[in-house]
Amino acid sequence: MHRMAVSIGYRKRGQRSGALWLACAIAMALLVLLPITALFVQAMQGSAGLWLHLLENVLPIALRDTVILLIGVGILAAVLGTSLAWLVTAYDFPGRGMLEWALLLPLAVPTYIIAYAYLDILHPIGSVQGAIRWILGYTSPREFRLPDIRSMAGCIILLGFVLYPYVYIPTRAMFLTQSGNLLDAARTLGISRRGLFWHLALPLARPAVAVGVSLALMETLNDVGAAEFLGVRTLTVSIYTTWITRNDLPGAAQIALALLLVVVTLVALERWARRRQRYSTGAQRHQRFEPHRPSPIKGWLLFAAGALPILIGFIAPALYLSSEAWKRVQFAGLSERFFAEAFNTIVLALLATICTLAAGLAVAYANRLRPGPISTWSYRVSTLGYAAPGSVVALGVLIALATFDQAIDRAATTWLGFATGLLFMGSGLALVYAYIVRFLAISAGGIDSGLARIPASLDQASRLLGQTATGTFVRVHLSLSRAALTAAGLLVFVDCVKELPATLLLRPLNLETFATHLYGEAARGTYEEASIAALAIVAIGILPVIFLSRVGRTG
Amino acid sequence: MGALEIHGISRSFGGTAALSDVTLDVAKGEIICLVGQSGCGKSSLLRIIAGIDVPDRGRILLNGQPASGPDAFIEPENRNIGFVFQDYALFPHLTVEQNVMFGLKGIPKAEACKRAADVIAQVGISHLSGRHPHMLSGGEQQRVALARALAPKPDILLMDEPFSNLDRGLRERVRDETLSLLRQTQTTVIMVTHDPEEALSAGDRVVLMKDGRIVQQGSGYDIHDRPETPYAAEFFCAFNKVPGLFSGGHIETPLGRLPHTLDAADGEQVIVYLRPQGIAVSEKNATFTGRVRHRVLMGEIEQISVDVDGLDALLQIRTMQRVPPDADTLGLAVLPESYLLFADLEHRAVTLA
Repeated sequence: MHRMAVSIGYRKRGQRSGALWLACAIAMALLVLLPITALFVQAMQGSAGLWLHLLENVLPIALRDTVILLIGVGILAAVLGTSLAWLVTAYDFPGRGMLEWALLLPLAVPTYIIAYAYLDILHPIGSVQGAIRWILGYTSPREFRLPDIRSMAGCIILLGFVLYPYVYIPTRAMFLTQSGNLLDAARTLGISRRGLFWHLALPLARPAVAVGVSLALMETLNDVGAAEFLGVRTLTVSIYTTWITRNDLPGAAQIALALLLVVVTLVALERWARRRQRYSTGAQRHQRFEPHRPSPIKGWLLFAAGALPILIGFIAPALYLSSEAWKRVQFAGLSERFFAEAFNTIVLALLATICTLAAGLAVAYANRLRPGPISTWSYRVSTLGYAAPGSVVALGVLIALATFDQAIDRAATTWLGFATGLLFMGSGLALVYAYIVRFLAISAGGIDSGLARIPASLDQASRLLGQTATGTFVRVHLSLSRAALTAAGLLVFVDCVKELPATLLLRPLNLETFATHLYGEAARGTYEEASIAALAIVAIGILPVIFLSRVGRTG
Repeated sequence: MGALEIHGISRSFGGTAALSDVTLDVAKGEIICLVGQSGCGKSSLLRIIAGIDVPDRGRILLNGQPASGPDAFIEPENRNIGFVFQDYALFPHLTVEQNVMFGLKGIPKAEACKRAADVIAQVGISHLSGRHPHMLSGGEQQRVALARALAPKPDILLMDEPFSNLDRGLRERVRDETLSLLRQTQTTVIMVTHDPEEALSAGDRVVLMKDGRIVQQGSGYDIHDRPETPYAAEFFCAFNKVPGLFSGGHIETPLGRLPHTLDAADGEQVIVYLRPQGIAVSEKNATFTGRVRHRVLMGEIEQISVDVDGLDALLQIRTMQRVPPDADTLGLAVLPESYLLFADLEHRAVTLA
C-alpha cells in the first residue's frame, strides 16, 4: 500500500523528470543480474560427464548436509528467538531491560568466528573440558571427553546460538506492536497467562518468525568458515573446494546453481509460511502488554535462562578472543601485518559502502519518483543479491569480470602493445562489485523505508516551490533521510567487514583482510594473530547492535 | 484571457474515472471553491492543475499558455503555482523562515529575506520565524504553509482542504483571516473543501463536483437557493422529500395543496423538496398537523421530527419558534418559496421556488 501513497505520478508523455534516476536504477538492476547470468552461462558449459560426477559424488552429500544443517539451525533459531522474545515481553524480572538489548549481541559474532573460538574453547585438552574433568575427578581426556564439537550437531548448535537474533528481533517487535490489547482481551475471555503464548502470541508472531528464520537460514547458506572448520561439507564449502582446490570453474558454477535452487526453495517456503498473514497494525494506539512479575527466585531463574544464550553466543567467545588477543599482544605486540590488514579491511568496506549507498539511493529514489512497473522491477531485481550466498555472487562476479579482464588485456596487447593484466580482479574492484551486489538490498531497503516516511506532499510542495526532482532530492530527501542513510551505511559497512566467502574468492593476490587472515590461520590450524583479527571483527560488529538496540527501545 | 482555463480534463486510476471531461475557466483574482464528497475528483483536479499529476485527456492553460495537454507539459516547478496542502507539508528539517524562503530562489538573498519577512508578517507569525514546524500549533502551521505558498507571488494559489485540520472555533477565525488576506492581495485562488457551509461562505464562485464531473457552478446564492439537480439541492440542505401529484394547477401532497407554475399534466407524480426551515409552526394558519417524535435543541433553532399522516418518513422541521415542552401535536404550514420541484429526477431539472 505505501507504494500508492508515495506515488507522485510523474508519468507519460512530455514528462522527462526523473528519467536519469530511472536509467540509473535500471543500470543497477542489470549490474546485479550480470553475475547471475554469467553463472548460468558458465554452468551450461560444463560437460555432461562433469554433471554426472557431481551428481554421483558431490551433490548428494553436500545437499544432505546442507538440508540437515538448515533444518537444525532453523529449528534451534526459531525456538531460541521466539521463546526469548516472549520471555522479555511477558515477564518482568531483574535485568530484563539489559537482556532486551544484550540478546542482540551474538549478532556481532560471525559464524566462522564462533566456530573458530569454540574449536579452541572446547578442545579436549582445553581449559573447559579440563575443568569439567577436574570437577568430575577424571585425569585424562581418554577417560572423559565431551562429544566432539567438530560435527553436524556442533555446527547446528553454534550457528543456532549466533543466528537466533534474526528471529528474536522481528518476533519481539511483533509482540510489542501487536499484542497488548489482544492479549488483554484474550485474558478476559478466559485464557490463562501460559495459554496466551500458545493460543495467541505464537500464531500472531508466525509471520515474524518465518521472516527471521529465513534470514537466519540465508546466513547459514552463506557460511563457509564454520562448516569447513567443523567438518560439515555443505554446498557452500563444496563450491569453494571445487573451485580453489580442483580449479574446476564449471563444476563450481553447477554447485552454485544447486545452492541457488535451495535459496529459491527457502524463499518460497517463507512466503508460504506467512501467506495470508498480513495483520494490519492499524492507526490505533497500541496498549503495551503489561508483563507479569514472578517471585524473586523465579525471576532470577528467568534471568539466567535469558542470559544463557548471550553467554554461549557472545560472552564466552568474546572473553576467549580477548584473552587470546591480550596474550598475543603481550608476547609479540601488534605486527605490521595487522595494520596492513586493518587498512585493507576498512578501505575495501568503505569503498563498497559508498558505492552501495549510491546505488541504493538511485534504486530507491527512482522508485519514489517514477513509480511503475519498470522502477518496481528494477528495485526487485537489484535487491535479489541478498538472498544469494556470498560464494554464489562471488563466483558469478568472477566469471563475468574475468571474461572482461581477458578481453581488455587481449585488446590492449593487440592495439596498444602492452598487457593490462587483470584489471578488475587484480585491483579489488571485483570484490567491491560483489559486495555491492550482495548488500544492495540492505541499503536500498533502508533508504526506501526512510523515504517512505517522508510524505509525498513534501515532494510536491518542493516541486511547486520551484525545485526540480533532483533539487528536491538534495534539499528535502537527503536531509530528511539522513538517519536512514547512516543506518544503512553502517549495516553495509559491517557486513562487508564480516563477509568471508566473497572476500576469499575475489580478493587480489596477497591481499589479506581480517576475515581472510582468520580463515587462513584457522584452516591451517595455527593460532597466531587470528584472535586479534577476530576480536577486531567482533568489535566492529557490535556497532550495528548498539544501533539496533536503540531502535528497539524507542520503537 | 483567464488566469486558468481547464478544457475537457479526464483522468482515471486503474479503470476508475476520477475526472471526466471537466471544463472550467477561472478569472484573475477570483476565489473558487471546489466542493463535493470525498472521492468526487476535486483533489485530483487540483493536482492536475498543479502539474503533480497528468491528465489522460484535455488541456490546461495558464495565462493562455498550454501547461498540460497533448502537446506541452510544464513541470510543476515552472508553473508558478502555490499549493497549500491538507497536511501543510512543511519541511520538518527547516525553520519557519527557511520554509518560507524555500521557494525564493534565483533572487538576491537580501531581497529573499525581506520578502519572506514580509509574508511572515502578513500572516501574523513574525514571532515564530526561528521555530521548527513541530513546535507550532495547527493554526500556526497552517499560516506557515500559506506564507510559504504566497512568498514566490504565485499566479494561482491552490488549497486542498486547508482548514480541515483545525478545531472548529479556530477554523472559522483562520479561514476569515486567510480569505481577507487573499482578497487584499487579489490572489487567484482555487480551494477544495468537502464542507458545504465553508464552500458557500468562502468562494466568489462555488463549483460542485460529483463522480468526476461538475454538477453545477455559480455564486453561493445561486447554488444554494437555485440548485439545478436533486444532488446539488441535497448537498447543501437536508431537504424533506414529500411525494405529490399534479392536479388542477396545484400539487396534492399529504401536507396540503401546494401552488406551482410548472407546465405539467394532471395526474403526473412528483417529489417535492421541502426545506426544513420552510415549515412554520402555527396553530392559526395550520394546513396540516404532525405528531412530535424527536426534539433536538441546537441553540437558536430547534429541530423537531414529526409524524404526518400519509408520509413514510418523519418530517424534519427547523424552527426558531419555541414550542411548549409538552406539545404533542403541532399545527403546521408550508411557507411559500420554500420548496423545489425537479421535473425529471434523472436528468437536469426545472426548478420552481
